[in-house]
Amino acid sequence: ALAITMPAFADENAELVINGEIPIVTKTAAPAHLEGALDEIMSGWVFRSDETQAMEMDDFDNPAMLFVEEAMVAFETPMGSEGKSCADCHDGPESLANVRPTYPKWNDAKEQVYNIQMQVNDCLTERMGAEKEKYDSQLMKNYLALLASVARGTPVNVAIDGPAQPMWEKGKEMYYTRYGQLELSCASCHEQNYGNWIRADHLSQGQVNGFPVYRLKDTKLTSAQGRFKGCVRDTRAETFKPGSEEFLALELYVASRGNGLSVEGPSVRN
Amino acid sequence: MKRIATSLVALGLMTGAALAETAPGDIQFDEYGAVEASLTGTPGNPDEGRKIMTTKSMGNCVSCHEAVAYADVPFPGNIGPILDGAGSRWSEGELRGLVANAKMTFEGTVMPAFYKVDGFIRPGDAYTGKAAPADLPPILSAQQVEDVVAYLMTLKDE
Ligand code: HEC
Ligand code: HEC
Ligand code: HEC
Repeated sequence: ALAITMPAFADENAELVINGEIPIVTKTAAPAHLEGALDEIMSGWVFRSDETQAMEMDDFDNPAMLFVEEAMVAFETPMGSEGKSCADCHDGPESLANVRPTYPKWNDAKEQVYNIQMQVNDCLTERMGAEKEKYDSQLMKNYLALLASVARGTPVNVAIDGPAQPMWEKGKEMYYTRYGQLELSCASCHEQNYGNWIRADHLSQGQVNGFPVYRLKDTKLTSAQGRFKGCVRDTRAETFKPGSEEFLALELYVASRGNGLSVEGPSVRN
Repeated sequence: MKRIATSLVALGLMTGAALAETAPGDIQFDEYGAVEASLTGTPGNPDEGRKIMTTKSMGNCVSCHEAVAYADVPFPGNIGPILDGAGSRWSEGELRGLVANAKMTFEGTVMPAFYKVDGFIRPGDAYTGKAAPADLPPILSAQQVEDVVAYLMTLKDE
């Protein structure tokens, strides 16, 4: 009877190898900037049930790979007034394999921190003469899935110094701010209590190396900022908008907490 | 001015009983975080308290606390201590303080304050993600706090 009422426990020592050929680092030593906060960083995959973990081990079982396929088609489809496709300028998505591990990052020309969505929108509007995509549109999330898929296994390596540093500091401050009527910060749940249960939810470290994630609960892709929105809302707070300056800072900071974990997206979560 | 006065009178007439309640802003914590005086003067109902603690839309204490006393409730969380024996470890006033604002007992605790209406950063309108109304209500009403305290008092050591 106990087995039926307990939520499925994760095998926290399982190892993730995708398609039998891409080893994924799901646990590693924390980056230096987390000294005093965390010794070891872990992917959210570690905390999921055996069944959910297994879905990510083979692309045929990973529902998010359908969106990667859709993005492959879009990548080669001319769009906008210039009649160009992504493939006309980028030699296949593999040529962009360094993007997912290093974003958000400073964009010299635009003199601000850029995430992948902003970069893709620049190509759409400035180089293809197309409309920009909404922050969390299906097509935009499909591109995110594609750019993650070609980078799987590569360590996250987001720069936190240089011109991006003020934004990183802002994100760090947000991470430790106790928002909402419940007065909970990201750290309250994901630093102080990862591994514990909040009702039926097994708390992870809230890493973003697996994004975009396919959530079985709502059968669609979620971007990192989409997830942040839900987490802030759950503190009984007025949340921030995906695409906002605040969430960009938070995305940069949270991404840097995962420096050293493999890019794993598009991943599967409950 | 006249309108304000009239509506104050109307309020007094309508909520005669409720006026005896201690408002969230008037609550007195002692130096250890306890609240000796009842918030309502009406004894708490332990059955109601159990319901509040184990219902997601109410106190939802079960999201962080387990207890053998409510082992029938599925998927309790384990962020906070197991609550069996709380009524032996703590006095009624200490429990009232813990439920009203646990930060007065445990500095910096992750446990939310259930009878507090201000001092929040970006308070929201419950779980909508929208901004809180100007007259944000506490998570639990004064009587609900008393009900929860009454239930906790029944959780004695064997
Ligand atoms: C007309 C040419 C052109 C088209 C079409 C184009 N891009 Fe780009 N893209 C560029 C250029 C130029 C850059 C800047 C290269 C650099 O910064 O080194 C770039 C940069 C990028 C980057 C960031 C690369 C990096 O290393 O930081 C991404 C991601 C990207 N493009 C995705 C796309 C996608 C997805 C599409 C289709 C929706 C697309 N691009 C269409 C020319 C194009
Ligand atoms: C009240 C607790 C709570 C707070 C506060 C909270 N989260 Fe979460 N978060 C969760 C739960 C529960 C999940 C789902 C299980 C998991 O992955 O931890 C989750 C999941 C996540 C994930 C997905 C991880 C993955 O691998 O799929 C990210 C990213 C995340 N949170 C980031 C944040 C950030 C950033 C903040 C602060 C703005 C935050 N969370 C605040 C409870 C919380
Ligand atoms: C977000 C998590 C969380 C929620 C929700 C929560 N608590 Fe707690 N609670 C804690 C933690 C953590 C502690 C331990 C105090 C500390 O050291 O921070 C605690 C301590 C307590 C204690 C004293 C512990 C003991 O038994 O000695 C009592 C009593 C208590 N909580 C009751 C409640 C009640 C009643 C509710 C709901 C109305 C509630 N809690 C909701 C996290 C929570």
